[in-house]
Amino acid sequence: MDQFLQHLANAAALSGTYALLGIGLTLVFGIMRVVNFTHGEFYALGAYSAYGLVVLLKLDFFTSLVLAAIIGFAFGSVVEYVLLRRRKLSDIDGVMLIMIGMMIVMQNTEQLIWGGVAKLVPSPFSQEPLVWGAVSIAPIRVFVVCAALVLLGGFYLLIERTRLGTAMRATFQDRDAAAMMGVNVSAIYTLTFALGASLASVAGALLAPIFVVNPTMGDLASLKAFAIVILGGLGNLVGAALGGIALAIVEEFGAGYISTDYRDALGFLVILLVLLVRPQGLFAAKERIG
Amino acid sequence: MIKLSARGAVFPWRGLACALLLASLPLWCRDRYILSVATSIGIFVIAAISLNLLLGYTGQLSLGHAAFFGIGAYTSALLSLGFDLDLKFAKLVVAPKPVWIAFIGAVIVSGISGWLIGKLAFRVRGAYFVVVTISFAQVSRLVALNWVDLTEGPMALNSIPPLSLWLPGVGVMPLVTKAAKYWVVLVFGIISYLAVARLVRSRIGRALIALRENESLARSVGISVTHYLVIASIASAAIAGTAGALYAHNVQIVDPDVFLFVYTVTMVIMVIVGGKGTLAGPVVGGILFGAFPEVLRDYARPEVQWIIYGVAMIVILVFLPEGIVPALSRLRFWRARTAVVSATGPTLAGKNA
Repeated sequence: MDQFLQHLANAAALSGTYALLGIGLTLVFGIMRVVNFTHGEFYALGAYSAYGLVVLLKLDFFTSLVLAAIIGFAFGSVVEYVLLRRRKLSDIDGVMLIMIGMMIVMQNTEQLIWGGVAKLVPSPFSQEPLVWGAVSIAPIRVFVVCAALVLLGGFYLLIERTRLGTAMRATFQDRDAAAMMGVNVSAIYTLTFALGASLASVAGALLAPIFVVNPTMGDLASLKAFAIVILGGLGNLVGAALGGIALAIVEEFGAGYISTDYRDALGFLVILLVLLVRPQGLFAAKERIG
Repeated sequence: MIKLSARGAVFPWRGLACALLLASLPLWCRDRYILSVATSIGIFVIAAISLNLLLGYTGQLSLGHAAFFGIGAYTSALLSLGFDLDLKFAKLVVAPKPVWIAFIGAVIVSGISGWLIGKLAFRVRGAYFVVVTISFAQVSRLVALNWVDLTEGPMALNSIPPLSLWLPGVGVMPLVTKAAKYWVVLVFGIISYLAVARLVRSRIGRALIALRENESLARSVGISVTHYLVIASIASAAIAGTAGALYAHNVQIVDPDVFLFVYTVTMVIMVIVGGKGTLAGPVVGGILFGAFPEVLRDYARPEVQWIIYGVAMIVILVFLPEGIVPALSRLRFWRARTAVVSATGPTLAGKNA
């Protein structure tokens, strides 16, 4: 039972991060229909920003988080403006390949600038774990979950309660109709992509003190994000958050009770299963898959 | 619609001349390094040809192609080395098999995995299909990495025997020279090219192209979508597995890195740059992107090379989305047209590149 509770705590800590990774990707897919292969690279960009700001510029970790979000946002808007503005986004495969090209460019630029050696970012909290009964958890992980919850809540409010969110949802539902109602669709696209990039970047910066920072970290992050988004149903924001929780539970309990070696494989097996049994995702009402 | 009208010979004289030119390479080039580079380019060209069948002719963006390559490599390596597995209920011992038996085994096993993945993945389309194929490659890589009893995991499978040739009077002769390895790859390259050429010009190929152009319309005239896509998937996987087996016996070591996403991406770049949906496209793209690293080696670090590939891929996709081969043939078609436009009249039935 103690072991079970510990796994549950770990899964809770992990699910916050996964939800953050997932909603950025699902936002971009839902509104733009772009399968964003650079998502993991923005995650790596955030992690390297944290390294640069905290270790090299000796800034405070929390300030660095905000700056990482801004860097991700700025870089994301540039990528969208240069690569996707004026592209026919309905050519899903063509756009996907362009994003793969950009992923290669970003990942190797990171490698060129920072080198292949993994970097460490010091945690702003004490290393002493918080102990609660038989369950122990590192303070930084608790902070990550709280930060993720705040961001998720903020995003939910942004999408559901603001004028901007209404415009985004309108574009999501029918871009032509939205354009006719006076929504600046191009601006919405750039903003959406930049927000997605910014979320990935914050996730990278948040996790930098927990994991090591290396140039290929984006690969696994991208794949995990895909898994989460598929679990929740592509383009479904709440689904992505739930998908993050589901993947965290599967991985954590699979690693605990089946095999740690196959921890990452379990996630992919779950995606395969979900796509075969319920292709629209676990939490989506209905979604075209053709 | 250019492809639909092609009824010309599958292997025209020009192709024969190209094949002979390629075959003569070891005769006038004695540089062992160049020959070994040419051999690995050949292996990648075969992989690209197989990917083109899915990417170009069915229009399905399969991003797990390295999995079939890796399954071919591992199967051939394991069968030729022999292995024993201690399953809980039984002990499975496989004695080392002759290399060609192992090779054929690799083609069959990767074909079967293509059938399996085809059956599963083609139930979904678009972004979902892409994610299924990527996940499949990742699972394969993790199995190769973690099933240490079978695959040796990160320690890799070593001292895989080279392919051999039986000659009357000489007996079995292992193919160890660079020239021999090059020729073997060339032979399989030509076989793969012809197999794909034959396939896409058959009834199956026409069905696939119809599906690519308009799936609902093709379905409405009675083309069984899943049936044909699965056939394409089997053929594509078997050819990719052949490339993998050639790789295993050529470099004589296989590790789980053969499943990495970058290899799939490399194949995709070759097909896209050369021209998807054309027979010559993957060959041209494969040779270009196989030779690039060697040309750039002295001037640029690997990261810089990759950045150049990424940029090249984006530039080609933006400005030349069809790829090099269709662009060149259109250029030639235009010249020919302006020269003899009055004699033949406008025709859309261009030469198939």
